[in-house]
Amino acid sequence: MSFTTAEPSLLALPAAAAGSRRATLHALLHNRTAWIGGGVLLLIIFAAAFAPWIVPYDPYRVDPIVRLQPPSLAHLFGTDALGRDIFSRIVYGTRLFLLICAIAASIAASIGVTLGLLAGSGPAWLDMLIMRLIDVLLAFPYILLVLAVIAILGPSLWTAMVAVGIAGIPGYARLVRAEVLSVRSLEYVEAMRAAGAGVWRIRLGTILPNVVSPLIVYGTFATPLAVLAAAALSFLGLGAQPPAAEWGAMLVNARTLMFTAWWTVAAPGMAIFVAILSLNLLGNALRDVLDPRSR
Amino acid sequence: MSTYILRRLLLTVPVVIGILFTTFLIKAAIPSDAVVTMYQGQLSEQDASKAIAIMRHKYGLDRPWYMQFLSYTEGVLTGNLGQSIRTRQPVIKEIGYRYRNTLELTFAAFLVALTVGVVSGVVAAYFKDTWLDITSMTVSLFGISMPAFFFGLVLIMVVSVWLRWLPVIENGWQGLILPALTLGLIEAAPLARVARSSMVEALGRDYIRAARAKGMPESVVVLRHALPNALLSIVTLAGLQIGSLFGGAFIIEVIFSWHGIGELAVEAIQWRDFTITQGVILISATTYVLINLVVDILYTWIDPRIVVDKS
Repeated sequence: MSFTTAEPSLLALPAAAAGSRRATLHALLHNRTAWIGGGVLLLIIFAAAFAPWIVPYDPYRVDPIVRLQPPSLAHLFGTDALGRDIFSRIVYGTRLFLLICAIAASIAASIGVTLGLLAGSGPAWLDMLIMRLIDVLLAFPYILLVLAVIAILGPSLWTAMVAVGIAGIPGYARLVRAEVLSVRSLEYVEAMRAAGAGVWRIRLGTILPNVVSPLIVYGTFATPLAVLAAAALSFLGLGAQPPAAEWGAMLVNARTLMFTAWWTVAAPGMAIFVAILSLNLLGNALRDVLDPRSR
Repeated sequence: MSTYILRRLLLTVPVVIGILFTTFLIKAAIPSDAVVTMYQGQLSEQDASKAIAIMRHKYGLDRPWYMQFLSYTEGVLTGNLGQSIRTRQPVIKEIGYRYRNTLELTFAAFLVALTVGVVSGVVAAYFKDTWLDITSMTVSLFGISMPAFFFGLVLIMVVSVWLRWLPVIENGWQGLILPALTLGLIEAAPLARVARSSMVEALGRDYIRAARAKGMPESVVVLRHALPNALLSIVTLAGLQIGSLFGGAFIIEVIFSWHGIGELAVEAIQWRDFTITQGVILISATTYVLINLVVDILYTWIDPRIVVDKS
């Protein structure tokens, strides 16, 4: 797949670009997809950092007098059923969005990478044990695994983040294991072993840096999926609970409100869509730059 | 071939045990909550703790965990999944017809995803780098980024409210149209991308040039020469898609009030009805494992090389 909005000549940047960090950055800076995705993401980070100075209203202040106002100059995105300013809630929602991205990705990546490294470079029995565990996790469709974890831990924003994190583990573990298997018998790893380096020094110092590129590429695709699942959980009432200014949770009453007050549904829905799209655009650009095979 | 299938069957045994254990944890994790939910506000504190003790005994929660696991496994094997905490109906009965509804929705959505995904992927590959390609790949990127529940709401808004083509909530096959479209179109997006890339690869091969040089009509070149060779990666993804369709149905059902096991599971988790949650997750995961088994065996039929590679 080589979908990108960049000009073909720029797409054809040499694969060797992946070799050095500066060249990678250079290629990214010349990729229009990266600019759009990165720009929106920076805007989200900016909104999260300066939320209190941006918002015109307190995102949690209930004001029944102005309930369900359509978008206007006073309320850019209108107000919800409790009279809260939707624009302010969307802006504050960027904080939870970034938090969910960070927590879900770090749980999935840290545990997944560790398991993958252990399985790929450890003794055979450990590999067997870990892969059977991964098989069990993979026996559940993604959303179902998330629901199972929620059912065990109980519904809340934190358990939702943990649940999508856990559900993401098998993907990372399998990727890292496969990459480790392909590099562990290469000459420089043999050289390290011959030089008497410890097992963990080889794993972290030699093998891990070599699987970073595919890991980043995978992460940019897995994270948006995790965030979408977390938003879906909040929408179902199994994640962030009201009155949290979380985009998915803002859609909890959407089914009854959408016929009379479309803006209460459109704003949070579009916020999720645009945020996820920016992650995917950035992911596409990164993959084009880092993974020459995908072209 | 048969040794491969046997091996594949044996590999599912530890997976099924794992599923049993995971679902068992659901029950073990929230015993007191469930009892509290059951008698919410009806009992004094002393009576409640007495009731909890009785309930714990009744559900066997006062025994060691491995005994509980054994009796749980025994129950599952004999088709007894316990009774719902909330409605006191047998879990099997509660799941029954809803399971069929979910399968119906999954299957309908799969047809939509396969048709839309493969057709747009093949068209995009054939017209590579033209506006058709760019448009269809942009739309598919949007599809990947779109939350399914939001897309469902938008479809209801457009089709039912503005255009008035379909009623908002309808039972029978008419009620299947919107949820199947929502789920199918969302899942068509990744299929379209994979179909495009494998078709681009297939169309670039020498045998395609040879076919064209022989003067074969383009339709034969694309459909008879390129498509079968691109099919393997499409089928691989389509097999995986069934899982995400099945899981995706859980969310879509809630939006469209489609009475499937997804809707049941979400309600059960909210009500802390652990026996229902457990039953739904057990049955869904088992279904998923069986589907994967069938898909894997189908591969050997599409591409006989696989048997050689794997065994």
